[in-house]
Amino acid sequence: MSVAPPLIEVRDINFAFGSNTVLEHISFRIDRGDYVGIVGPNGGGKTTLLKILVGLLTAQSGEVLIENQPLRTFKNRFKIGYVPQRVSQDHINFPATVYEIVESGRIPRAGLWRVLNDQDRTAISSALAIAQVEGLKDRLLDRLSGGQRQRVYVSRALAAEPEILILDEPFVGIDVAAQEDFYAFLKELNQRQGLTIVFVSHDIDVITEEVKTILCLNRGLLCSGAPAIVHTPDVIEKLYGKRITHIHRAH
Amino acid sequence: MPMLEMFRYDFMIRALIAGAIIGVVAPMIGIFLVVRRYSLMADTLSHVSLVGVAAGVMFGFNPIVGALVTSTVAALGMERLRESRKLFGESILALFLSGGFAIAVVLLSFAHGLSVNIFTYLFGSITTVSTGDLWIIGSLGLLVIVPTVWLFKRFFLISFDEELARANGLPVTLLNLLLMILAAITVALSMRVVGILLVGALIVIPVLSATQFGQSFMKTALFSLLFSLAAVLAGLFASFLLDLPSGGAIVVICLMFFGLSLVINRNKK
Repeated sequence: MSVAPPLIEVRDINFAFGSNTVLEHISFRIDRGDYVGIVGPNGGGKTTLLKILVGLLTAQSGEVLIENQPLRTFKNRFKIGYVPQRVSQDHINFPATVYEIVESGRIPRAGLWRVLNDQDRTAISSALAIAQVEGLKDRLLDRLSGGQRQRVYVSRALAAEPEILILDEPFVGIDVAAQEDFYAFLKELNQRQGLTIVFVSHDIDVITEEVKTILCLNRGLLCSGAPAIVHTPDVIEKLYGKRITHIHRAH
Repeated sequence: MPMLEMFRYDFMIRALIAGAIIGVVAPMIGIFLVVRRYSLMADTLSHVSLVGVAAGVMFGFNPIVGALVTSTVAALGMERLRESRKLFGESILALFLSGGFAIAVVLLSFAHGLSVNIFTYLFGSITTVSTGDLWIIGSLGLLVIVPTVWLFKRFFLISFDEELARANGLPVTLLNLLLMILAAITVALSMRVVGILLVGALIVIPVLSATQFGQSFMKTALFSLLFSLAAVLAGLFASFLLDLPSGGAIVVICLMFFGLSLVINRNKK
């Protein structure tokens, strides 16, 4: 019986900014259809790990494999849909409509020279529909709410028809109602579209109720597996320190 | 009619053709500089290009070619510094703007006594554009227009979200360098129309006027182009009819369009 290769395999990566070690001996795998949450304290290396997974940073040692190929030689990088941490201030007054932003997500698939064709336009329409932002397509980005903008960024990632969606703190600056709505949207993408999803959050309660697999990160990988493992006092202490008392809140 | 009279002069026809080319090229690059918060880039490149003009004057080659070379080298240097993140973006601009101007002033002091009117380059002199100049402006204009139109959506993506473009495998460094080279060419060829001191205004103000209308990126680009083209042509007419310096007249009309855009859109947002 053949075992399907992992979509992403991380092998013993280490990363430091100068003398400041950020990640130590991190190894894990993500299979197709997984729904993975990465939790940990601020400064624990979550965003750095995501940036290594999407190729924005390179680990000093160790390796990241995508579909069994080293990331550095993996040509179809558009297959990794990336939703960076929101930098809404940067985009204030940027004259761009939702359609133009989602369309820009298709550009890497077209490469440097190819003009977008009908197939590309179908994929863009489909991405707008899946993220339920079709009705907003002529609106300017800075006229949208935080939750709507986040859907637009996901739609932009979907326009490239990725194999995996990687989101960095997607809930920052979004109100609670919009957060719940967005969690439901991600779950649907995972379950109905079969899309592999990895996201980072510091909201440990909500994340453990939503995802299938959890990775606990604080410089090293402290635990990985089913979400329930994170609720043990030992893991909480390792992640956030001795003084943290975990009060479970219903979602 | 005095307006039609200007078409009887070859130098005015050449001026209108050169103005139209630059009126199209300037906002095409300007829109990317504005949305990347690099509006002062055009001014910086124009000040640096004075070094090339001074070198051209001293060593006897075409000052526009000198301006093109120095502004391109400066653009590449600024882009490398920006990517290295060793300095803030605006500090890089200040460094090159004042540094370039200082070098040019020193070079020009050596050229003292040469019979060249530096004011031609500082304030523009579109009515002295020769047929040879027109060929250079036309060729350089095409050199900017073709890749900008072709790569327009790539430039949009790296302007809106450089990190995403890089993560998704676009050659962002190459695109950034190309955009800076195109900006340098635009500055060099706009110099004859509005002059080194006003190039930045022609590249930036029509875009600022267009952004007041709160439209899509594509419509903003088209509006910028219309404002720029209208300002250049109206400025040349005004310059001919009222005997005004063409560069100043063009930029004043750009400012009038900006004021009008503000008034028309005062109730938006």
